[in-house]
Amino acid sequence: MAGYILRRFLQAIPVFFGTTLLIYFMTFAMPGDPIVAMFGQRTPNPALVEALRAQYHLDQPFIVQYFIYIGGIFRGDFGVSFSGEQISTVLARTFPVTARLAMIAVVFQAFFGILVGLVAGLRKGKFFDANSLAVGLILISLPIFVIAFVAQYVFGIWLGWARPTVGVGAPIQDLILPALVLATGSFAQIMRLTRESVIETSGMDFVRTAYSKGLSRRRIIPVHILRNSLIPVVTYLAVDFGVLLVGATITEGIFNVPGVGNTLFQAIIRGENPTVVSFVTIMVLLYLAVNLVVDLFYGLLDPRIRYVK
Amino acid sequence: MSNNFSDGPASKRGPSSLSSTHFVASQEDVPLIGAIDAVEVDDQRNNLWLDAWRDLRRRPVFWIASGLILLITVVALFPGIFTQVPPNNQCFLSNSNAGPRAGHPLGFTKLGCDIYSRIIHGTGTSLSVGVIVIVMTTFFGVLFGAFSGFYGGWIDSVLSRVGDIFFSIPYILAAVVVMSVLSQYRSVWSISLAIGAFAWPGTARVLRSEIFRVKNADFVMASTALGMSRFKILLKHVLPNSIAPVIVITTLSLAAAIVAEASLSFLGVGMGSDIMSWGNDINQAQVDLRTAPQTLIYPSIALSITVFAFVSLGEVMREALDPKARAQR
Repeated sequence: MAGYILRRFLQAIPVFFGTTLLIYFMTFAMPGDPIVAMFGQRTPNPALVEALRAQYHLDQPFIVQYFIYIGGIFRGDFGVSFSGEQISTVLARTFPVTARLAMIAVVFQAFFGILVGLVAGLRKGKFFDANSLAVGLILISLPIFVIAFVAQYVFGIWLGWARPTVGVGAPIQDLILPALVLATGSFAQIMRLTRESVIETSGMDFVRTAYSKGLSRRRIIPVHILRNSLIPVVTYLAVDFGVLLVGATITEGIFNVPGVGNTLFQAIIRGENPTVVSFVTIMVLLYLAVNLVVDLFYGLLDPRIRYVK
Repeated sequence: MSNNFSDGPASKRGPSSLSSTHFVASQEDVPLIGAIDAVEVDDQRNNLWLDAWRDLRRRPVFWIASGLILLITVVALFPGIFTQVPPNNQCFLSNSNAGPRAGHPLGFTKLGCDIYSRIIHGTGTSLSVGVIVIVMTTFFGVLFGAFSGFYGGWIDSVLSRVGDIFFSIPYILAAVVVMSVLSQYRSVWSISLAIGAFAWPGTARVLRSEIFRVKNADFVMASTALGMSRFKILLKHVLPNSIAPVIVITTLSLAAAIVAEASLSFLGVGMGSDIMSWGNDINQAQVDLRTAPQTLIYPSIALSITVFAFVSLGEVMREALDPKARAQR
């Protein structure tokens, strides 16, 4: 196990440096001089420009700038947003909201995805199965902003069941509609994955053994079939975290949820490139961390993973 | 072919030929050998595609998806057949957000342009982005996936880590950064480049694991024994036998690329406003959701139907090409 953890960490190191270097390089290639941009229309004093350039290390070569930036990340310093606020302060304010939204969404998609997938898988080829497959295919095909607008219009404006935009402080009842929207696509994926996995597990020898031992369906379905069908679903939840981050950006933007995604959304539509890059970096680091943790857990749960070279 | 083994004359005549005094049976006495000789070498490969086709043509979803894709392609190539109204000029503010009327079946946008015409002319943009992106993902995906899967060892380690780096940045977020960098050059090409540059590791991973499965097959060993070069084996035997899942993921990537383009345009970092794009129109219409939802709904429907067509085709092909998935229906 120790060897597996070490190997997985060693694998994560080049990916960490690779992704940050790639994103940092793209910022480096951005057009326009950030120092000149700070002065807007006015012509700045050349001496002042030089001083600022030195202060922000912009006179250093690319690779030196990159390592200064990485050093900052390790100290929790992600730079300054467009409005002059520390990014870490913005994060501290917005992250809890996004975490709450994502948590509700994950609970929704996991619970209903596994439930519908299980029922469909147990009734393979029947009415419920065929319909859930068709609905799943349609839900997967709907881009998240289309779902968001339709939900906002139907439930927020037309029926008036929920507030179309989230209020100050992002109370839980306001977050339910955005969370449902965020959960829709992944719900369909989890449902299909669970169904496939349940069908595969149902055909296994140990399930037949359980039946021939005379165990009841009430025991076989949750204990023998469902538990053994969940491994691919858990893996999917980790991979899907990236989709969740992108989805949160768009959903929070549309429903005006005061979270991390909305901050990125606003920065994108206002063209505030440095803020965009900082937040994309944060999201990528979050994604790497989640996948690392899930892989470690996965190795803990399934010994076969640890021994694969 | 299998009929010869189960109920052909050979099995009935078997015992009698054993009792015969001939040391070597003539061909007529053992039709089984004749049958084996008659088996074509590439029979197995044909069967995968033939079986898949037999399965596909019985499925309504396949025909619906193919019909839609054909229609979308015709609309994209010849928008002039479907509408004579220009999409971007002849817009009158007096028509702002107006409802449908003769010659303008879906009404008008906020700027008074014809919605139907804009949807028809936006099809080409979406489809071009999708096609350019899958050309890129297939090229890089096959290159990286084939070499890392087939050669293994340090080549695999290096190529897989490079793939991991690109895979670890959700590609819409990456494309947002790229498009911010390329803000001066917004076109179908730049946006496809931004999406394609980060979307290929998915294809590479699928091909790599499929090659891992195929490369130890008997026919590969046979080719090695016959003295064929490694590279030639990869090209002639391994790749053709592991391409099926690549075709499936490529169809799904096309749908994903269309969604990505619309998302980027929706976020305002996609197409320039002079280019017809459903994402742009959805972006423009969002402020009027309360008063004129039709300006937002129609382009959304066009986008969703297009994505649905490619997703269904990909899924139905996956089920047809994967015997395990076929058994699960």
